[in-house]
Amino acid sequence: MATNSHALYGEADPATLGGYDEPPPRMGFFTDTSVCIGCKACEVACKEWNAIPEDGLVFTGMSYDNSEGLGADTWRHVAFIEQRKPLAMQDPGVQHEDVDVLALASQGSGTPPEQARITPTTPGEPGQMRWLMASDVCKHCTHAACLDVCPTGSLFRTEFGTVVVQEDICNGCGYCIPACPYGVIDQRQEDGRAWKCTLCYDRLSGGMEPACAKACPTDSIQFGPLDELRERARGRVDQLVEAGETGARLYGEDPHDGVGGDGAFFLLMDEPEVYGFPPDPVVTTRDLPAMWRCVGAAALTLAATAAASFAGAMFGRRP
Amino acid sequence: MAECHPVGFQWVMEAKARGATLIHVDPRFTRTSALADIHVPLRVGSDIAFIGGIINHVLQNEKYFREYLVTYTNAPTVLTEDYADTEDLDGVFSGLDPESRIYDFHTWQYEGTEVQAASGKRDKEYSDRVQGSSGVRQAGRGEAHGSGGAEVTAQITNDETLEHPRCVFQVLKRHYARYTPEVIEEICGVPQETFLRVCELLTSNSGRDRTSAFVYSVGWTQHTVGVQYIRSAAILQSLLGNIGRPGGGVLALRGHASIQGSTDIPTLFNLLPGYIPMPHAHSNEDLDAFITAEATRKGYWAEMRAYMVSLLKAWWGSAATPETDFCFDYLPRLTGSHSTYETVQSQLDGECKGYFLMGENPAVGSANAKMQRLGMANLDWLVVRDFSLTESATWWKDGPEIATGELHTEDIGTEVFFLPAAAHTEKDGSFTNTQRLLQWHHQAVEPAGDARSDLWFTYHLGRRIRHKLAGSIDERDFPILDLTWDYPTKGEIDEPEAESVLAEINGWGADGNPLTNYEQLNADGSTVCGCWIYCGVYTDGVNQAARRKPQVQQNWVATEWGWAWPANRRILYNRASADPEGNPWSERKALIWWDAEKAQWSGHDIPDYDKSKSPHYRPPDGAQGAEALSGLDPFIMQADGKAWLFVPAGLTDGPLPTHYEPQDSPVSNLLYTQQRNPVRQIQPHPNNRYQPSGEDPGTEVYPYVLTSYRLTEHHTAGGMSRWLPYLSELQPELFCEVSPELAAERNLEHLGWATVVTARGAIEARLLVTERMTPMTIQGRRTHHVGIPYHWGPNGYSTGDSFNDLSSISLDPNSHIQEVKALSCDIRPGRRPVGADRARLVHEYQQRAGITERTGTEV
Amino acid sequence: MGVRDWLGWPLFRQLGAGDPYGRGAAAKSSTSEHLTPRTQTAQKVVKSVCPYCAVGCGQNVYVSDDKVTQVEGDPDSPVSRGRLCPKGAASLQLTTGSARMHQVLHRRPNSTEWETLDLDTAMDMIADRVIATRRQGWQWEQNGVRTRRTMGIASLGGATLDNEENYLIKKLFTALGAVQIENQARV
Repeated sequence: MATNSHALYGEADPATLGGYDEPPPRMGFFTDTSVCIGCKACEVACKEWNAIPEDGLVFTGMSYDNSEGLGADTWRHVAFIEQRKPLAMQDPGVQHEDVDVLALASQGSGTPPEQARITPTTPGEPGQMRWLMASDVCKHCTHAACLDVCPTGSLFRTEFGTVVVQEDICNGCGYCIPACPYGVIDQRQEDGRAWKCTLCYDRLSGGMEPACAKACPTDSIQFGPLDELRERARGRVDQLVEAGETGARLYGEDPHDGVGGDGAFFLLMDEPEVYGFPPDPVVTTRDLPAMWRCVGAAALTLAATAAASFAGAMFGRRP
Repeated sequence: MAECHPVGFQWVMEAKARGATLIHVDPRFTRTSALADIHVPLRVGSDIAFIGGIINHVLQNEKYFREYLVTYTNAPTVLTEDYADTEDLDGVFSGLDPESRIYDFHTWQYEGTEVQAASGKRDKEYSDRVQGSSGVRQAGRGEAHGSGGAEVTAQITNDETLEHPRCVFQVLKRHYARYTPEVIEEICGVPQETFLRVCELLTSNSGRDRTSAFVYSVGWTQHTVGVQYIRSAAILQSLLGNIGRPGGGVLALRGHASIQGSTDIPTLFNLLPGYIPMPHAHSNEDLDAFITAEATRKGYWAEMRAYMVSLLKAWWGSAATPETDFCFDYLPRLTGSHSTYETVQSQLDGECKGYFLMGENPAVGSANAKMQRLGMANLDWLVVRDFSLTESATWWKDGPEIATGELHTEDIGTEVFFLPAAAHTEKDGSFTNTQRLLQWHHQAVEPAGDARSDLWFTYHLGRRIRHKLAGSIDERDFPILDLTWDYPTKGEIDEPEAESVLAEINGWGADGNPLTNYEQLNADGSTVCGCWIYCGVYTDGVNQAARRKPQVQQNWVATEWGWAWPANRRILYNRASADPEGNPWSERKALIWWDAEKAQWSGHDIPDYDKSKSPHYRPPDGAQGAEALSGLDPFIMQADGKAWLFVPAGLTDGPLPTHYEPQDSPVSNLLYTQQRNPVRQIQPHPNNRYQPSGEDPGTEVYPYVLTSYRLTEHHTAGGMSRWLPYLSELQPELFCEVSPELAAERNLEHLGWATVVTARGAIEARLLVTERMTPMTIQGRRTHHVGIPYHWGPNGYSTGDSFNDLSSISLDPNSHIQEVKALSCDIRPGRRPVGADRARLVHEYQQRAGITERTGTEV
Repeated sequence: MGVRDWLGWPLFRQLGAGDPYGRGAAAKSSTSEHLTPRTQTAQKVVKSVCPYCAVGCGQNVYVSDDKVTQVEGDPDSPVSRGRLCPKGAASLQLTTGSARMHQVLHRRPNSTEWETLDLDTAMDMIADRVIATRRQGWQWEQNGVRTRRTMGIASLGGATLDNEENYLIKKLFTALGAVQIENQARV
């Protein structure tokens, strides 16, 4: 598989491309959001292991999500989505027949429809209710634009196929930040350097699983060889769909998607946008080979492509 | 469960993956509801009605497990003619004295006999069983039935056809007849369709092949009728045959690492180790009188003397001899309830002058936190042992009353000592988890600075006191001077060896060797045992609680991990997992069974039963204790060996659960004229005013139902979470949850501030408007809940007002636990006033509601 | 995947050759090359139990240079299978964080501030106060019935106390004649 693959897009084995002879199987995360209980053990376990700074006491009002999103100091983030939509297998029991969502929104006690994935009141059938939870993380893309644009070699591909920032090398140039199609990697204000999930590279090197996966009480976060995870994930989707949960789908699992598939992929219960994921992420350096032939133009083009993609990732909903 | 016991919830998710149905009954849509098949919101305070409705459904539609019911429960037992039900007396039982607010339980007894309770208020029978002066004793009415007591099986009248009009089954049927789906809808706000679906799911998943489990937490205990909540589930599960079987039970998910251990080896006023009751004060009481009054004739509580003498030997060693009555008189006596809430009153009255707080933060965590602080402000001295400076350590300089001007620091005479505590990683010791499993935690490092374990503190405090009192000839000092208090210590700080304390808890025989089982305990002083139910935890001198055989190397019961009391049995009363003949009810639900060839019980678990007692064993006439249990008596601690649907003794507030409204409720009791539990415990005080309820004028001043709860990200009163940045950032400040309907009604703005007011206090919180909070229709009226987590206080990294500044001291009369899960309140937009205006606002509400010292104190 | 399978893998060769883009093996810094999880270099691993709720999850406590460096779930536990909730996962911060106090403090009656006190003196002062208050609140009988107790002293413990601690508390305070011995288990 790896020998025929392209280095920058399409199906590929990243570790082999990274120059590792006989690398171990590619390792990754499968986050099955259908069993996530939103406990945030992953967030805390990640911070404890990696000694990430606490980053502020902010009561957001976005359901029980007070971490807001991934960033330099949040490498696992649990999103909470309250919506007027049913889960096929659930009777939520709530009774909200008389709620005028628009009136509430104008009063300040409802969610404007355009922000409806959060809380507190969203358009939809009254009496329907679902509370989705999902733990987000760096996707460890097969084709990682952050890595492609890193001028110092701080970002590198590990033998496990993961993408890691090397703090002893990062000079804080920040090129990687807009390159990420998911808006994951971020600069820490205190030291200017870029930080993100390492998929616990140190633990992997020692034969241990990442801290978040180990802590996860319900095994919503599963760690293992990507091949095995993908197979297991497909089985889980089939099971859910059969049980009537027709919205169940995988996200980031497809090696043919715009980033060549993610090393960390997800089982979602609805469209990716519901969870704040870009629907069609594309590696922002897709055109890099062409650029290299014309290096002078590359920097400008790259920056523009990256910026556009980032904007798409942050605010992207299907047109 | 997902909210407060996330790691335990993995097993629920596993069951769900195998096809189990998960029903979540909770007023709020929580993280547990998010993963449930059905979420059933119901009004807080209405669970007895809800479960009562299911019980009625089971009885009316004959959905009970008849063979189990007839053989293993007291359903066939005939009651006395004197018993009158709530059906006869409009919501109260026979025996109520409204003046003293006490029930005389005598009319609740079985016909022709009198049984003692296995737990609860056993002292109630004292005067029946022990009369006259020491040495001249006769049991009460029981004496008429045979030698030394009443609990002779032959005297119990059973009707196995279940048709006798006074048999428990028929009494139950009549008692619950009015708990119809229509009424349940009106009381609980649960649509009939949902209610019936729950009934159907539960009953179809119970029986020979299937079992259902009930899981509860303090959402059930923290009520003025909390014990009867649990009783409701016990009745239902007994009817369905779901007790003593795998996948069954009524499971308390307890919220603290060793809260189970804290009742087993109780730091509770009413208990001695192993649920032996603390003696109440009686004329000329000695050990014999105590045992006569408290022990049963049948079952393992008949051996109470052996447990008690072994305990007295553990405490007073060589001073405890038959000649000294084993130092029974060294025990202080009770004169009623001395719970932590009476202690507050006692502090305010100036009687209690010295107070130890060991890892507890009542200034935030106990009901009516203001009363707690005012009590502490009236002490001579206070010792606080904790990790950080909690609100209970600093109220004298920065508590809410300092801000309102109700207290002035310079006027507070309380001397305060703060002693830093050691963490679990800094000491050896055992926790008992929620399934009675003792697990040892080993010391990893030495505590830094002045931090010390509570073991160190208690041991060295005792050592110093004994040293200072040495040589005293004052009789009241004898119990201290005679105390066995010579534990070996280790290391530079002289930490007592925790394992030596465990060895004493386990006990030893005359030869000094560790005991292996409580059946070895003797009443003659030849055995020593600090807690009889823990006997065996140090078998062979090996710390069984420290056993850690990996889970993958043993069966699903995992009996080689830690040690569960009693005798390492994992499922209590598991004789009931087999049918009367001793065969598993079904292969699918096999746990233990009678192996006729080997003539013993065997199986996956350790039998909670005499291993060699055949199902065909019938006790000889006059048999006592364990011998009196027949081969059909799985409930070996009960005086009749049966599961009690009807409780003839041990409860203060009735033999059957009955729906009463909470102390403060905007709703009238639809079922009876009797609004509240007539014998609930209340503590009227100017700072503990109650609110009008139901149709009383003034109820509308506090129109909303108020409830409290925990969040995954925090722990209890916050001492172990609010100081931690990693937890604080996840839930950074106090908030309250309301529905959009209530938000509209009260002009509450999402993310804005709200002030919540009760007759006790006013607090402010940020608003989370969410459809997870649902309005309910109660008796035709739209009813709203306000939900507030109780973790916060003014100290620490994440701060906020305290929920318990709103709650009142109103208690369950059995457990003396506070009602903080169901109250009523008002909510208004904006922040609360500061300074004296805060107290003024509360007072203004009280006046508007016409609250006096009598409000809410009616029987 | 189970951690066991993962541990069972062979060590992998990590060669730097054949990294045309210089983003893989060739880019690996020597720090990255020598990364070792601190759990692996720990001097000892101590078996423990989570101190928060009563599920009783197993914990492994990793110690280096007499300091706790990591607290993780114990995969051997049949209760928890190595998992922890956010509180349990915060055990390292709970036990080693800067919020821990390590100094005895004393507030004199009517004082506005804390003062420091050495532990030995504090213990002695507390012992004296217990003896005095016990006598002050002593009650041989009530309403003519023997009670043999003191109502002067009360105690309220948290439910993170060990069984052995509860046992000594109950034993000592009962012998002192105190009956108001309570615990979070009531609350």
